[in-house]
Amino acid sequence: MGYLRGFGVTFKTMFEKRTTSEFPEEVRPKPERFHGRHVLNRYEDGMEKCIGCELCAGVCPAKCIYVRGKDNDPDNPTSPGERFGFVYEINYLRCIHCDLCVEACPTEAITETKMFEFSFSNRSDAIYTRDELIVGDDGKPKQMPWELWAPGTDELTSGWMRATSPGGDPTYAGEPQWSGELGYGVRSAEPGQEHEVRDAAAAKAAALAAAATTSPGDDLPGDDSPGDDSPGTHGAGH
Amino acid sequence: MSFPANAPLYGADPLFNDGIDLTVLLIVAAKVVIVFVLLLVSTMLMIWFERKLVSDMQNRIGPNRAGPWGILQSLADGIKVFFKEDLIPDKADRKVFILAPYLAAVPAFLSFAIVPIGPQIELFGKRTNMQLADPPIGILWLLAMSSIAVYGIMLAGWASGSKYPLIGSVRASAQMVSYEAALGLSVVAVVIASGSLLTSEIVASQSNGIGDWNLLATGVLPFVIFCIAATAELNRPPFDLVEAEQELVGGFHTEYSSIRFALFYLAEFMNTVTMSAVIVTLFLGGPTDPFGLTNDLPAQWAIGMAWFFAKIMLFLATYVWIRATLPRFRYDQLMDLGWKKLIPVSLGWVLVLAAVRISDDDDTATVFRNAGIMLAVVVLGGLVLARAITLGRRAHEKTHVLTPDERARAQAPAPTTEGADV
Repeated sequence: MGYLRGFGVTFKTMFEKRTTSEFPEEVRPKPERFHGRHVLNRYEDGMEKCIGCELCAGVCPAKCIYVRGKDNDPDNPTSPGERFGFVYEINYLRCIHCDLCVEACPTEAITETKMFEFSFSNRSDAIYTRDELIVGDDGKPKQMPWELWAPGTDELTSGWMRATSPGGDPTYAGEPQWSGELGYGVRSAEPGQEHEVRDAAAAKAAALAAAATTSPGDDLPGDDSPGDDSPGTHGAGH
Repeated sequence: MSFPANAPLYGADPLFNDGIDLTVLLIVAAKVVIVFVLLLVSTMLMIWFERKLVSDMQNRIGPNRAGPWGILQSLADGIKVFFKEDLIPDKADRKVFILAPYLAAVPAFLSFAIVPIGPQIELFGKRTNMQLADPPIGILWLLAMSSIAVYGIMLAGWASGSKYPLIGSVRASAQMVSYEAALGLSVVAVVIASGSLLTSEIVASQSNGIGDWNLLATGVLPFVIFCIAATAELNRPPFDLVEAEQELVGGFHTEYSSIRFALFYLAEFMNTVTMSAVIVTLFLGGPTDPFGLTNDLPAQWAIGMAWFFAKIMLFLATYVWIRATLPRFRYDQLMDLGWKKLIPVSLGWVLVLAAVRISDDDDTATVFRNAGIMLAVVVLGGLVLARAITLGRRAHEKTHVLTPDERARAQAPAPTTEGADV
């Protein structure tokens, strides 16, 4: 009968749940820190974050980023710094979405959306320019005709950057290490962590208060208490 | 039961009893068109059905875009493939390369001609069989056609001017030729049981329900052998090493593209449908009712066709199920199964069946005596064969397999002569 057991397996499989999804109509939810198409972020006042330093181009292992900086016009600056990204191009025929550019960026100018469903019909479409990459006045990424933006993919475009920043650790509650973004302001670490951030902050405050009332001289245990819940909370977002 | 000696060469169909006039010609033409269309449509649906069922068995959905449940997928593929670029490799033998797909596809169409899909019907005052042709050679037509199809595959690989297609086609022709023997011997068993080569007669001899089926009349074994050999003949999994992707890219049709490739593909699936129909005809009573109840109702032709397609579906689904389940055979396993097992077993079975059949009209004692004698002969032959196979295997192992010691000695450089010769 051993030979026939395989037939049983295939027969049973017919009645199991399908793993295939109807792709264009039904897009599976993506992880919060998914690496998709890039965006160039702007500050809350609309200024561009990119300072044209070319660190992203230097770190890119696929050599898909081309940046040229230019001095800001003193009367009408594009970015708060000395210079701004005058030319900014990403070739998506080469990009491997490793996010090293995001890590390298000193001003959190370049981050990634969760959109990766883009199919070009020619090479020039595949090379995104600064105008296409920069977020619109509402802080949302610009959408090209050949891209498929499923609901939610254009939100949290800087999720991974914030999660890997020191401020993404709940023990740094209330102390974000990142700048604000146009349309959103200074965001919390991650939606799933918001309550953990809040709880950690409350626990820290409570511990401090307790330490202050019971034994003012010995505040070491009080300082340790927020760190105690960190192993559990830190990994929650992964 | 037997075929009349003075019957015309074009067949046993009562259509031709009163000579040939325009009505007869038109009926024949209509039958040709109907069978052609039926075969094309069923092939199209078979491709869809196979893809759908295999994906069901693999946790997938399968084609579901073209038409309801993706039923028009094969049609869409067919139209697409027409407009694809037709490539002929530089090193190809152009004429043969172009000819080969037709050599594969045309026999696939033709072999269905002998399959009865219903009982006799009355058309424009003429009685006729519901089958395209009922030639005196009957079921041999199928073997002839499948042998011609081997040429298509052989020549396709040969004419491609490329090594993988060549290897694939050598495998294919070797496989199809070897399994044709077992296939033919199982057919002989059916012919012995039914007493006729004509497919219409074979079906008629099984018309009284399951008890009458050749499946039982031949003792089940020929049916099993026929099913295995037919699967090998069709180059379907688990015998699809002709197209073993891991070894041979696409097999004999690697270099084919566009509609030429589609013809091979079409022929493959058409043969699957035809072979299922032939199994049903030979062993399961074709379009007759399994309970032998409804064989003379007014709409008998519709009931007959319904039974026929229900029986075919059983085999088509089984083919797909086998494909989804079994891994591919190794080439030596395939050849061993064909030559050392199926052919001897079916040959022995045919001999025993013949012994029983030849003494059919005598008393039981004679039947048992004849069958016993033949069984003894077959068993003796089987023992001799088994001994020969064992001896052959032992000799093969002795001459070919080196022990680790021997291998080390063979690989070591010769120590003495080297310095002197330089």
